[in-house]
Amino acid sequence: MAKGDPGAPARGRRAAPRSRKATTGDPELVQLLTPSGERIESVTGPDGIEYRVDFTDEEYRGLYRDLVLVRKLDAEATALQRQGELGIWASLLGQEAAQVGSGRALRTQDMAFPTYREHGVLYCRGIDPIMPLGLFRGVDQGGWDPNEFKFNMYTIVIGAQTLHATGYAMGVAMDGKTGTDDGEAVIAYFGDGATSQGDVNEAFVWAGVFNSPLVFFCQNNQYAISEPLERQTRIPLYRRAAGFGFPGIRVDGNDVLATYAVTRHALDNARHGQGPSLIEAYTYRMGAHTTSDDPTRYRIASEVEAWQAKDPIARMKAFLEREKIADSGFFTEVDEQARREAVDLRERVLAMPNPEPSTMFDHVYPNGSPLLDEQRAQFSRYFDSFEGSAH
Amino acid sequence: MATETLTLGKALNIGLRKALENDPKVVIMGEDVGKLGGVFRITDGLQKDFGDQRVIDTPLAESGIIGTAVGLAIRGYRPVCEIQFDGFVYPAYDQIVSQVAKMHYRSRGKLNIPMVIRIPFGGGIGAVEHHSESPEAYFAHTAGLKVVSCASPQDAYVMIQQAIASDDPIVFLEPKRRYWEKGQVDLDAPLSEAYPLHASRVARAGTDATLLAYGPMVRTCLDAATAAAEDGRNLEVIDLRTLSPLDLGVVYESVRRTGRAVVVHEAPSNVGLGAEIAARITEECFYSLESPVLRVAGFDTPYPAARVEEEYLPDLDRVLDAVDRTFGW
Ligand SMILES: Cc1ncc(C[n+]2csc(CCOP(=O)(O)OP(=O)(O)O)c2C)c(N)n1
Ligand SMILES: [Mg+2]
Repeated sequence: MAKGDPGAPARGRRAAPRSRKATTGDPELVQLLTPSGERIESVTGPDGIEYRVDFTDEEYRGLYRDLVLVRKLDAEATALQRQGELGIWASLLGQEAAQVGSGRALRTQDMAFPTYREHGVLYCRGIDPIMPLGLFRGVDQGGWDPNEFKFNMYTIVIGAQTLHATGYAMGVAMDGKTGTDDGEAVIAYFGDGATSQGDVNEAFVWAGVFNSPLVFFCQNNQYAISEPLERQTRIPLYRRAAGFGFPGIRVDGNDVLATYAVTRHALDNARHGQGPSLIEAYTYRMGAHTTSDDPTRYRIASEVEAWQAKDPIARMKAFLEREKIADSGFFTEVDEQARREAVDLRERVLAMPNPEPSTMFDHVYPNGSPLLDEQRAQFSRYFDSFEGSAH
Repeated sequence: MATETLTLGKALNIGLRKALENDPKVVIMGEDVGKLGGVFRITDGLQKDFGDQRVIDTPLAESGIIGTAVGLAIRGYRPVCEIQFDGFVYPAYDQIVSQVAKMHYRSRGKLNIPMVIRIPFGGGIGAVEHHSESPEAYFAHTAGLKVVSCASPQDAYVMIQQAIASDDPIVFLEPKRRYWEKGQVDLDAPLSEAYPLHASRVARAGTDATLLAYGPMVRTCLDAATAAAEDGRNLEVIDLRTLSPLDLGVVYESVRRTGRAVVVHEAPSNVGLGAEIAARITEECFYSLESPVLRVAGFDTPYPAARVEEEYLPDLDRVLDAVDRTFGW
C-alpha cells in the first residue's frame, strides 16, 4: 500500500504473543488489538514505555457501546444533511476508535480543544450530541458551555485551536494545577493537514518552551480534503515532535484500546508536570471530507477497501465475541439503543427552531456597543414594519 | 490632587504596573517585554517586580502570542499582549479577527476574551519599513473588537487600565512618536471616576471649524489650532479616543455649531476611519454643514522611506490647508 499501511495483513503476523515489542518496521505503531480482534496483552513502544490496559468486561463493553453509538449518530447526521436538514456535515466515520479511545482517556478535570470532526470526543465528554448539529444546521454556532464540559467550541480555522490549548495549558501550570495525580491536563485535536499550519508549529514551540501540560492529538486520517499525507510531510508526523523537544508516538488509531493506553499515558505525564507530547493516531477517513466532497475524484476504491478490513468496531466486536465478554443479546441491545438515540436525535433536529433574527445582534461584546444598539433598533423597526404582511 | 509630570511611555508603564497590582489574573506577554522592558521600555521593570509568570517573554511568533493568550483568557486570565511594532501584527491577524473577535459571539456569551492587544503605531520616528504603520481600520472594521488610542500621558495612564479591566477584547493603539512627550498625570484619581474609555472628548474648544483626530494626530491638530488662532480662526479639536465603537455625539454637537469638519489621521484615506466619520457626520448634520467633511490622511501608498515620511504624514500645514478649503466652499 502506498501509505505504508501499518497493519497490512501481508506482514504475515502469527498468533500474538502475550507481550511484545511494538510492530517493528516503518511505520512503528502501538497496537493492542489487531484488525482481526486479537488482543495483545501489552506492547513496549519505540519510546520504551510499556502500554497496556486493564479493563473490566463491563468497561470493554462500554467502549464498544460508545463506538457503535457515535457511528450511528454520525450516520444519522449524514442522512439529515442528505435530506436538507443540515447545511453540511463532517463525518467521523472510520475515526471512532481514535476519538473514543482518547476521549475516554480524559479525566473530568482535563480540557479538550477540538476541530470540527470530534463528535466522538464530544459524546465522551457528556455533551448532548445534538449540539454540533445546531452548528451545521445553521441555527447557532455551537451551543455547549466549554467550561462546564471542559470541551471547547469546535474550531474550523485549521490549527487555530492548538494555540488556544497551549495557552490554556500554560494557565493550568500557572495555576499550580500540575505535578500531582489529580493534576489537570489539556488535549488539542487536529488533523494531518493541520500539521502544516504555522499555528500548529507555533503551538509545538510554545508547549515545548513552557513545558505545558498538553497532549497534541493528531488524527492522521491520511487526507486533508483531497490532499494525501505526502503533500504535508516528508517524515512520519509523530517524528516531528523530536525537533520540538518532546516525545512523539504513533498509535493504531483504529484500535480503541491502544489509543486509550497511549493517550492516558501522555495525559498523565502532562498532569504530572512532565510536559507535552504528540500522539499520531494512524487512521483513515472512510467517508467524504464533508458531505460537500466527492472523494472518488482523488482516491481509489481498493485503498478504502483495505482500510475497511481494519474497521475499529468490527475488531472490537470480534474480540468481545472471542473472549466471550459479550453475547448476541448485548450486541442487539446496543444496536437497539443506537437506533433509539438516532431517532431521538432526528426528531429533535427537525424541531430545532430558527433563531429570532434580532438575536444576531446579541453577544457581540460582553459590554455591548452603542453602534450595535442603534443598528438593532433600526433593524427591529424595519423588520416590524412588515408585521402582518406576507413578505 | 497628586499630579506628576510624566512621559506618555512612563504613564503607560505605571498604568500597567497598577493593573498587575490590582488583579492577579493580569499577565503581560510579548517579545522582549521581560528583562529588556520592551523595545520602547513600556514594560520596564515589571518582570523584575512581578516575576516571569506575570510578565512573559514569549517565543518570537505573533500568532502564537495572540493564540495562546486566547487560551489563557479561556482559563480565566486577562492577557495584555504587546505587539512589538504595528507592521508585525499581521501574522496574528487571523487569531485576532477569527478567534479573539468572535469567541464571545460564537459561544453566545459563554466565553469572554478580556484581552488587550497593545500596538505602538504610526510614523514620524524615521524608522525602517514595517515600523510606522497605522493598521487601525483593519481592526475597527472587525465586529467583536474594540479599538482605542490614547493621545496624552493622562489618557495613556487611565485608558490602559480601563482597557485591561474591560471584558471586551481591545486593540490599544499607542502613538509611538508621542511616547516621549510629557504631560501632567493624576496618579491617584480612582479609575471608577475617570472619563469613560469609549468616549470622545473636546481637547480644545473652538467655534469656527472642528478638527477630529486620535493618537499622534491630536497633538498635530492642537498645534494647527494654535497657529490658526494667530490668524484669527478659532478651531475646535476633538480627540476621538475610541475608534470602535466611535463616539460621535460630541462630534455632531460640535459640527452643528461650526458647520465645518476635517478628519485627520496618518492611515491612508481610502476606506479609512475618516471615510466612516465623514459619512456619519453627513447623515447626522447635513443641514448644518457649510462644506463637505474633508480628510487629511496618509496617501494610498505603502508607508514610504523615512526620508520622505514628513511629506507623507499629515502636518500642521496640510491640516490648515484643509481648513482653508472648508472656508472656500
Ligand atoms: C485556515 C484554513 N484553511 C482552509 C480551510 C478549509 N479546510 C477545511 S478542512 C480542510 C482540511 C483539513 O485537513 P486535516 O487537518 O487533515 O483534517 P481532517 O479534515 O482530515 O480531519 C481544509 C483545507 C480551513 N477550514 N481553515
Ligand atoms: Mg486529515
